Amino acid sequence: MDLLTTPLHDLHLELGAKMVPFAGYDMPVQYPAGIIREHQHTREQAGLFDVSHMGQVLVRGADAAAALERLVPADLEGLGEHRQTYTLFTNETGGVLDDLIVTRWSDDCFFLVVNAACKAQDIAHLQAGLTGCEVEVLAERALLALQGPGARAVMAELCPAAAELVFLQGCHTRIGDSEVYITCSGYTGEDGFEISAANADAEAIARRLLACDAVEPIGLGARDSLRLEAGLCLYGHELNTEITPVEAGLTWAIAKCRRPDGARAGGFPGADAIFAHLATPPAHRRVGLAVDGKRPVREGQAVLNADGERIGEVCSAAFGASFGGPIAMAYIEREFGGIGTALSVDVRGKAVAVTVTKMPFVPQRYFRG
Amino acid sequence: MSQTPSELRYAKSHEWARLEEDGTVTVGITDHAQHALGDVVFVELPEVGSTLAAGDEAGVVESVKAASDIYSPVGGEVLAINEKLEDEPETVNADPYSDGWFFKLQPSDTSELEELLGAEDYQAACDEDD
Repeated sequence: MDLLTTPLHDLHLELGAKMVPFAGYDMPVQYPAGIIREHQHTREQAGLFDVSHMGQVLVRGADAAAALERLVPADLEGLGEHRQTYTLFTNETGGVLDDLIVTRWSDDCFFLVVNAACKAQDIAHLQAGLTGCEVEVLAERALLALQGPGARAVMAELCPAAAELVFLQGCHTRIGDSEVYITCSGYTGEDGFEISAANADAEAIARRLLACDAVEPIGLGARDSLRLEAGLCLYGHELNTEITPVEAGLTWAIAKCRRPDGARAGGFPGADAIFAHLATPPAHRRVGLAVDGKRPVREGQAVLNADGERIGEVCSAAFGASFGGPIAMAYIEREFGGIGTALSVDVRGKAVAVTVTKMPFVPQRYFRG
Repeated sequence: MSQTPSELRYAKSHEWARLEEDGTVTVGITDHAQHALGDVVFVELPEVGSTLAAGDEAGVVESVKAASDIYSPVGGEVLAINEKLEDEPETVNADPYSDGWFFKLQPSDTSELEELLGAEDYQAACDEDD
């Protein structure tokens, strides 16, 4: 099957990116600087990510908030204009179909950003589940992320309106002559922005950003290690159709008003199963693991207790370049999940010592005003 | 573009071997290999004093992306390992043919070096992979 490309594909090649197939797209996994250096640069200055492979969707309709609330456990009725919330498409058993960010553009219009690998399924799910709403796929729009402590100063130069945004807020504005929608959000734990722009304008915007001294291009490799350090879930690793938000440690993403004692309790797929987990903690939970020493652990490897018994499995692993060593997330039996618990991971027959560690592994630096 | 020094011998599994003046053989991984692996974060080396046959597993190199076994290009007794790699595994990326060496052997049969690839053939094999 031919890989799809984003509007920045030629630019990635020009910048010397190593390209890999990802969710059906030919995407940059790293640039010549390498994953560790790109990771550090994002935490120190600002990194530019091409996330145009992600799905951008508009949902319009007089009852759009109520209709969307039938698919996700968020408080969308109460979401302010140009405010965002992280939420989940749940299934009938309380598992997760995808995680997404919803932004309210107006009373009757919501802007959704969904995962690349899930977007076809998400769009079908929206079209089937949202009677009376119009579902518009923004296939002609690219998405760029600018992340890091230097991102705000860069935006102040290029787009002063965006530099006023606080975490999980957005605005329609312009960069040069290009119409854009910018939100203060991201996937690194840093202050930063996501810029939705027409495909035709994306490369010019990317070049303007890269022309700033603080900004370097960052590939998917560092995107993964940055999000892992920030303690953020990746669909297909920490989240899938078999894991409830409670097991995933995402109870905070179930809005107060949608919980059993809330004003609009339930009403989303799998509410009963999720409420059962809220009432009685499930057997497994997601934890962070810091490796003692330098030998990396890998996704899929077994987590063992002090007696060498299998108690879970690594779901993501990376080199935490800012944390200072290999890190991982795992699903393990709840009783072993206390911070500081000494466990090990079976790395091809070698027991590598790990410690259950508080997440995020590095402090989040979101700008809340 | 990867560097492939002409004075070294190469295994298809991307190790290089250098016959030193004192008759020992130094082993490392190639520039092509370190480039393909990406940032190296951990190297497991054989034990000093152990004996390896040509093609034996001699350790593991772990990058940010994956773990790869390393194989001894020739047989012999391990005389020394590069202890610097324990604290500074990134040396493998920065300098694969000198400071980033892996281990040193007393070869049991130097004719095994002849069975390895010369620089041109190794480079050709890499170009085919790309």
